[in-house]
Amino acid sequence: MNAIDKKLWRELWGMRMQALAIAMVIVSGVGIFIMSLSTLDSLYETRENYYRNHHFAHVFASLKRAPLSLVKRIEEISGVDKVETRVVAYVNIDVAGFSDPVSGHLISLPDNSRGLLNQIYLRKGRLLKPGRDNEVMLSEEFAHAHRLQPGDKLRATINGRRKTLTIVGLALSPEYIYQIAPGAMFPDYPRYGVLWMARKPLANAYDMDGAFNDVTLTLSKGTNEQDIIDRLDAMLKPYGGIGAYARKDQLSNRFLSEELKQQKTIATVFPMIFFGVAAFLLNVVISRLISLEREQIAGLKAFGYSNFAVGLHYAKLVLMIVALGIIGGIIVGIFLGKGMSNIYMDFYSFPFMIYVLKPQVIVAAGLISILVAMLGTLYAVRSAANLPPAQAMRPEPPSIYHATIVERLGLQGWFSQPTRMILRHIERRPLKSLLTTLGIAMACGIMMIGGFQEGAIDHMVNVQYGMSQREDLIAIYTEPSSTRSLYSLRSLQGVEHVEGFRSVPARLRFKHRFYRTAMQGIKPKGSLMRLLDTELNVIDLPQEGVVLTDYLAELLHIGPGDMLTIEVLEGNRPTVHVPVVGTAKQYLGVNAYMQRTALNRLLKEGNAISGAFLAVDDRYQREVYTELKDMPRIAGVIEQKSAIQAFYDTLAETVLFFTFISTLLGASISFGVVYNSMRIALSERNRDLASLRVLGFERGEVAYILLGELALLTVVAIPIGLLFGYGLCAYLAFQFDTDLYRIPLVLGMNVYAFAAMVVIVSACVSGVLIWRNLAHLDMVAVLKTKE
Amino acid sequence: MVFHVHGVTKIYQMGEVQVHALRGVDLDLYEGDFTVLLGASGSGKSTLLNILGGLDTPTDGHVFYGDHDLTRATEIELTKYRRYHVGFVFQFYNLIPSLTARENVAIVTEIARAPMQPDEALQLVDLGHRMDHFPAQLSGGEQQRVAIARAIAKKPDVLLCDEPTGALDSKTGIVVLEALQRVNQDLGTTTAVITHNAGIARMADRTIHLADGRISEVYVNETKLAPHELSW
Repeated sequence: MNAIDKKLWRELWGMRMQALAIAMVIVSGVGIFIMSLSTLDSLYETRENYYRNHHFAHVFASLKRAPLSLVKRIEEISGVDKVETRVVAYVNIDVAGFSDPVSGHLISLPDNSRGLLNQIYLRKGRLLKPGRDNEVMLSEEFAHAHRLQPGDKLRATINGRRKTLTIVGLALSPEYIYQIAPGAMFPDYPRYGVLWMARKPLANAYDMDGAFNDVTLTLSKGTNEQDIIDRLDAMLKPYGGIGAYARKDQLSNRFLSEELKQQKTIATVFPMIFFGVAAFLLNVVISRLISLEREQIAGLKAFGYSNFAVGLHYAKLVLMIVALGIIGGIIVGIFLGKGMSNIYMDFYSFPFMIYVLKPQVIVAAGLISILVAMLGTLYAVRSAANLPPAQAMRPEPPSIYHATIVERLGLQGWFSQPTRMILRHIERRPLKSLLTTLGIAMACGIMMIGGFQEGAIDHMVNVQYGMSQREDLIAIYTEPSSTRSLYSLRSLQGVEHVEGFRSVPARLRFKHRFYRTAMQGIKPKGSLMRLLDTELNVIDLPQEGVVLTDYLAELLHIGPGDMLTIEVLEGNRPTVHVPVVGTAKQYLGVNAYMQRTALNRLLKEGNAISGAFLAVDDRYQREVYTELKDMPRIAGVIEQKSAIQAFYDTLAETVLFFTFISTLLGASISFGVVYNSMRIALSERNRDLASLRVLGFERGEVAYILLGELALLTVVAIPIGLLFGYGLCAYLAFQFDTDLYRIPLVLGMNVYAFAAMVVIVSACVSGVLIWRNLAHLDMVAVLKTKE
Repeated sequence: MVFHVHGVTKIYQMGEVQVHALRGVDLDLYEGDFTVLLGASGSGKSTLLNILGGLDTPTDGHVFYGDHDLTRATEIELTKYRRYHVGFVFQFYNLIPSLTARENVAIVTEIARAPMQPDEALQLVDLGHRMDHFPAQLSGGEQQRVAIARAIAKKPDVLLCDEPTGALDSKTGIVVLEALQRVNQDLGTTTAVITHNAGIARMADRTIHLADGRISEVYVNETKLAPHELSW
């Protein structure tokens, strides 16, 4: 080994603690980067694999009733690969010992089969026996939520008749990775489940012998999906088809895709922050090391080492630290990635998880780390390489200082000498001061994410369910019924208020853009379902015209005054044109609203309603629910409140964990930045400070010069950090915006206060450590040595 | 008498080796005296000065400043002692680079009792015209004179100078020594200068030779020379 490389190893060993500290930050950056991206790749790969192996359909359609003979015609559509028809029913379920409303989808399975398309994955128990009308299989989450096992029983209201069913197996389905009830926003495993039943008995119960009400298709490669959807739509129209849709619009797949998109955002934001901090730390440590080694550098050059050799020597030192970080990061990243993938496997109920680590992820992590480290140390290494040997032999000349801007403005009388020292030191090293400030600011900003999530979700739920949708229960009819049906609901004991609504699936079109959702006909000036404007004031729904969710208006590029085309996907499927009269603030879902009577007129029907919102006295909620369930006209009952509660329960843990992580991250970054920059400042100014001690300054007075700078930078950093945090949250909110939900950018005072507090506390901790270091200032040594 | 030093020894533990820097020093310094502590490097003169200045404590023996036993003082008391009674001049000046000449003086006068004005102190060392310059803009001699101005501005009872000309050429050194002599004569400040430069001893009232941690010779100078008459 060359002598100069021996020097490298010894120096690395000499600064091992600092090197390790920097390597740890790089380990975190690389680790999180690899973890996030490999988890993401694994999720995509697993989903693809699951979809492919279980023949997840490409096109889905529901209809009223069509004869099986239609299948042949569907198969003849060019580009269609496989076709599977099913009988699907939405049913109320009774689980012993659980009094909340429970609903579910009952799906037919061919005899002795996992299905042709959307094949289920049998987790436990066995498949259904042909023709058994009392056997079901359950989705695993639903079973787990109620601790149901094969052999247990539950009851379901099938086409108005209560039936006891025996569970024979538990299963997963690619169609229900994200198991969400129609109209709901969050998975609520205890209250919504998926059940599979043999085709024959289910068809019998719903009068579907030789018929079907649901069809799914896979397509051959390279076919035009929209074309096939249009042709299928036309074919199903006479049979009450309500519009076919592609896989990308399939509810579970859509939620999953959105979640994966969010994962991607997080996967890029957090590692970047770590890499930024690593660059900062390398910058301060290497700059200092090089300034301490001026004489050695001069010596090397005097012996004939070239600028390049000297530069390379220090670049190697940096690279060794980075290499340590990269290797550690890869190991940590793989470990965490596997762990994380397994957590997601459970969370999304994948039957298996394929861990994928793409070589390019590792290469990218390595390259980014090296790039970041080189950027952070480029200036210091270059100035070491370019130092003329004669100049380097001499001690560094006194640093050049100037009066600061504030002083030149004539304000110097306001500052004591120590204060001037602080200001001038900051001004002399503007880049370092800036980096320190930015580092602290970033830390401050990161800590706002946790609080933002919590506050945003609170606000979202409060606006959606506290101000807009204020019903206790929603009763959904099996078929559109007369408003007279509301009397029977109103007469139930405990029901305080009832509002009927009409809901039809529709394709909304403006110019070339279209969106498939439900047209909602609601009661004007209702008290249970109200629309809100951007200021959250209640909108008075006009007699004619349609009000769109603001996000839907954006999607369609449509505004008040424009003419919206509504293609109704139910009944005789009229296409009508209606003016847009306003937009409504909604954080969840996207809908179009008009007065119910106006919608009835458009549909050329009488006073029909699809269901009702009910306000129910808390004390009678259970009784009302039980009675509703027994009404043959009612297909399902949705209770939002318990769904919200369940959502909060799961979310609380996640958010708490995330807040904990982001706080820990923020605190450690702000501590790392503050402490390191103060340690370096202490070593740089050791001599000044010790001289002052000799001149009779007390430790506190000397500490003021150092800690005053820290305090000033921190005070400046906090507002910048709060601004940065606001921007970060705005970015996340923007990135997370989807037609499923929008995250409001609501940041309470407490969020700002908390972030600022943690920064201040971690700065104080660094201050205390620096204070203790100041006790060891060597006054004697400083007099003897030139710097 | 300003200082009374009695039986002072100082032992440093340097790794596994014990270094005897001082081996029983007895010494008195008198008010208004200009004393030179002369010795080769390693003779213990800096250690002695550091002990006199309250920067270091002896392993054994006593150092009295007036009635106060410095060897029994706490750290806080030593800080107060340096703050109110002692002026220091260092070989490498130890100016604060971020403060101008005037401010380098002011940083001391701001914490002193009844100091002179920074401008006045700088006039005394003939630097009235360079007061707003930063250390980086001053020559070595000028920097050292700022250091002297800083040391005397608080009107200290004693002025302790550690090789004040050590980093300077002889011409600049003489300018600095003139400044020290003027302070000693005009203000009557007790002054102790340590140096390995025997030439400087000829301007002192008394010269104390140190060798191997002991006082080898004390010599009273009957005919003091002015700094400009010195040569080395």
